[in-house]
Amino acid sequence: METLVDLKWIMACYSDDIPENGGACIKHGDEQIAIYNFSRRGEWFATQNLCPHKQQMVLSRGMIGSTGHACEPKVACPFHKKTFSLLTGECLSGEDFRIKTYPVKVHDGRVYIGVAA
Amino acid sequence: MSKPTIIVVGNGMVGYKFCEKLVARSSDYEIIVFGEEPRRAYDRVHLSEYFAGKSAEGLSLSTGAWYSDNRIKLYLDDPIQEINRTAKTIHSLKGLSLKYDYLVLATGSSAFVPDLPGVEKEGVFVYRTLEDLDLIRAYAVNAKRGAVMGGGLLGLEAAKALIDLGIGETHVVEFAPRLMPRQIDSAGSLMLQSKLKQLGLNVHLNKTTTHIAGEHKIEALKFNDDTDLPVDMLIISAGIRPRDELAKLAGLQTGTRGGIIVNEKMQTSDASIFAIGECALYENVIYGLVAPGYEMADVVVSQLMGTEKSFHGFDMSTKLKLIGIDVASFGDAFITEPDCRTIIFEDTHKGVYKRINISNDGKYLLGGILIGEAEAYNMLLQTVNNKLVLPPNPGDLVLGPRVESGSEGVGVLSLPDDALICSCEAVTKLAICSAVEDGCDTIDGIKKCTRAGTGCGGCLPLVKDLIAGTMKANGRYIKNVICEHFDYSRQELYDLVKINQLKSYDLVLDHFGKGDGCEVCKPAVASILSSLWNDVIVKQDTIQDSNDRFLANIQKGGTYSVVPRVPGGEITADKLIVLGQIAKKYGLYSKITGGQRIDLFGAHLNDLPLIWEELVDAGFESGHAYGKALRTVKSCVGSTWCRFGLHDSVSFAIEIEERYKGIRAPHKIKGGVSGCIRECAEAQSKDFGVIATEKGWNLYVCGNGGSKPQHAQLLAGDISKETLVRYLDRFLMFYIKTADPLARTATWLNKMDGGLSYLKNVVVNDSLGIGAQLEEEMQSLVNSYHCEWTEVVNSPELRKRFAHFINAPQEKDPTVKFEPMREQLKAKW
Repeated sequence: METLVDLKWIMACYSDDIPENGGACIKHGDEQIAIYNFSRRGEWFATQNLCPHKQQMVLSRGMIGSTGHACEPKVACPFHKKTFSLLTGECLSGEDFRIKTYPVKVHDGRVYIGVAA
Repeated sequence: MSKPTIIVVGNGMVGYKFCEKLVARSSDYEIIVFGEEPRRAYDRVHLSEYFAGKSAEGLSLSTGAWYSDNRIKLYLDDPIQEINRTAKTIHSLKGLSLKYDYLVLATGSSAFVPDLPGVEKEGVFVYRTLEDLDLIRAYAVNAKRGAVMGGGLLGLEAAKALIDLGIGETHVVEFAPRLMPRQIDSAGSLMLQSKLKQLGLNVHLNKTTTHIAGEHKIEALKFNDDTDLPVDMLIISAGIRPRDELAKLAGLQTGTRGGIIVNEKMQTSDASIFAIGECALYENVIYGLVAPGYEMADVVVSQLMGTEKSFHGFDMSTKLKLIGIDVASFGDAFITEPDCRTIIFEDTHKGVYKRINISNDGKYLLGGILIGEAEAYNMLLQTVNNKLVLPPNPGDLVLGPRVESGSEGVGVLSLPDDALICSCEAVTKLAICSAVEDGCDTIDGIKKCTRAGTGCGGCLPLVKDLIAGTMKANGRYIKNVICEHFDYSRQELYDLVKINQLKSYDLVLDHFGKGDGCEVCKPAVASILSSLWNDVIVKQDTIQDSNDRFLANIQKGGTYSVVPRVPGGEITADKLIVLGQIAKKYGLYSKITGGQRIDLFGAHLNDLPLIWEELVDAGFESGHAYGKALRTVKSCVGSTWCRFGLHDSVSFAIEIEERYKGIRAPHKIKGGVSGCIRECAEAQSKDFGVIATEKGWNLYVCGNGGSKPQHAQLLAGDISKETLVRYLDRFLMFYIKTADPLARTATWLNKMDGGLSYLKNVVVNDSLGIGAQLEEEMQSLVNSYHCEWTEVVNSPELRKRFAHFINAPQEKDPTVKFEPMREQLKAKW
């Protein structure tokens, strides 16, 4: 498992920039990061914006939801509905993809994302 | 503190059931049971099986251990002689005196024996207890001719017993002009009679017996018309007489013709004494069947538990097999015209008679009679009791569907969850289906875990169908629920959302779902909300599919395409110029679509509101190319230009497209209007197609192109524009309300029970009586139309959402690349 040794928290956006129970994309240098405001659960998640299946920069426009008894949070790519765990980045549609996930903090209406320093 | 004592007088089926129900719910009572017979309670309904070889123990309802296990004191062969209501004690024949807190009289009934001279002679019997049967059996050994007095249900059972015992010549003598006068009509009786005759049973109707002749034993029956019938033995089955002598002695109120008077709580005139079963007289009726007796037992148990339950009469529908002949009577069997309409089927060759009485509007089944073939009984009874709406041809219920109709009537799985399947044990359809789903998928299993079918057994065929149906549906079940978050079909959820007036996805999920939703249920619910309330969809943008969320079609590379509405495919030169200018300005690839409009590809997310602002200014509206909604109504040029055209197809196409634009459905809807049969608009490949005829218009429905092309089928021919729009309203609204998510109209029709003829009946003949409602619902959608892009363009708040980077809204996605192709651009890939 990857461990982030040097974590830098960047201010990504304001919490009301991201629609409730949905996602939006932010630009961090050349990186595109999808941030999800899972308000139904009171949780925030962040992943890469690129869907590894057909290399589309669209995950932030996907629908989020949960699956299984454990209610694992997930995002579905709008292109072909491949789903990915928001916790682990693992592809839940039975394929060998994995997306990058980022830690998220929300403080004082601001959304911070932990990126490699 | 000692427990209150309940003494049950009588250990018949109902007395036993009372104990069973009470111990199942409470151990707070001391229960003592007195029985007159030497045996534990046994199954009197299947008494004749005793002659067919079933043992007395086999008929027993319980084991001796059952009573001790449940700490019930059982005194058999010891009838109660007296009740002292002041001291609250009872005294038994064997000298027991016990105190009670509550007394339950379940003394049942005895056979009614008319006061005829000679009735005391040898060879005259009643048919009531196992002892009676033992006596009959012993005497039958030397009898060649036997008769039964009474052509009712029990009398015919007794006649069967005589046949089973090998009596060569068997007669039934009935006072009334027909057999089973309480259950069947004269025509039914005639049919039953001729069937019985074939089996060697001689039926004598309109016969009043004056006396029984013979020296010591019976030799003949003498009638008042001076005829006689020589017989060696006689079973009297002339009705039942409630056993109310003990109650009478105790000063409880009884009916003039017998029976202990009870109120709806089964209380006698003494509040601490209850009466249940055949000894109880409720509103001047003795209920001589086991199911109402069980219901009464349940009412008393509920009183003791302190829960509200009362008795309000009971459905006396019945089905039995008489000497191999099915006989059934249900609901209001005798109602006649003009209070109803009657459908009668008679087949004297096969000996089948069926009569159903339906309401004058043809919608509901009121009751009926079945002789010779009663397979449909359970389903018909359920149809009456649950007020199910009849299929368009109610005759099919008794005749079976004929060629072409394809209608299957009312299926067992269409019963409501609370439909009472087993009335003896009060088991609902839901209880049975749930048990099946929990793995209980055999009749025996169901009997064990729900107790359904353990009473009269009449419901067993229905239970079997439910098991088979539920198991079969289990595969389909998965498809029929929307997803793991909603255990409902789309249609069910549509109704729930409507009834509960829910307007947001979260509310729907909170009320009827679980978990956090997903990419399947979110757009499905979004579609339902939209079809019901027609609010601006982007207000709940995150439950929409990407296309609906951004009101454009996502394309390779993450750009979107823009399709303004061009109703009927008719467009002015000025509007064409605007489209060209906009395409040029934003670098969009242009193409004519299959639906006669223009698609502009390659728009960045941030450019969408800007592009649409210009389009809206030029008078364009959203084309809903992104939505599960009406797309286009394609037209040919029609009579305005074409030398073959019969009517103005373009104007009609525009009118229809304007009417239904923006309406969301389970899937996309496409239409077409052709001006003549040459069909240049290809209307028959659309969800709805209209073709001009000499006399008006033909309406075709449920066609589609796509991977499985299907031709639309004629719904109505030569109709006026107004009628056509009315049918279209009904058709589209019916589809919107009942189809599964993402089912096109063709798929929806293919799955529909009864197919096109059913759809025709609903839409054209209004067989469900919902035509006006469907039109009204459609009109309210039409009235609430709004252009989704106009809403966005005019709202800075909504426009803000069309940014690729939320922290750099002006920047476009740098990964999007184009390359040239034939003087335009295409996505670089």
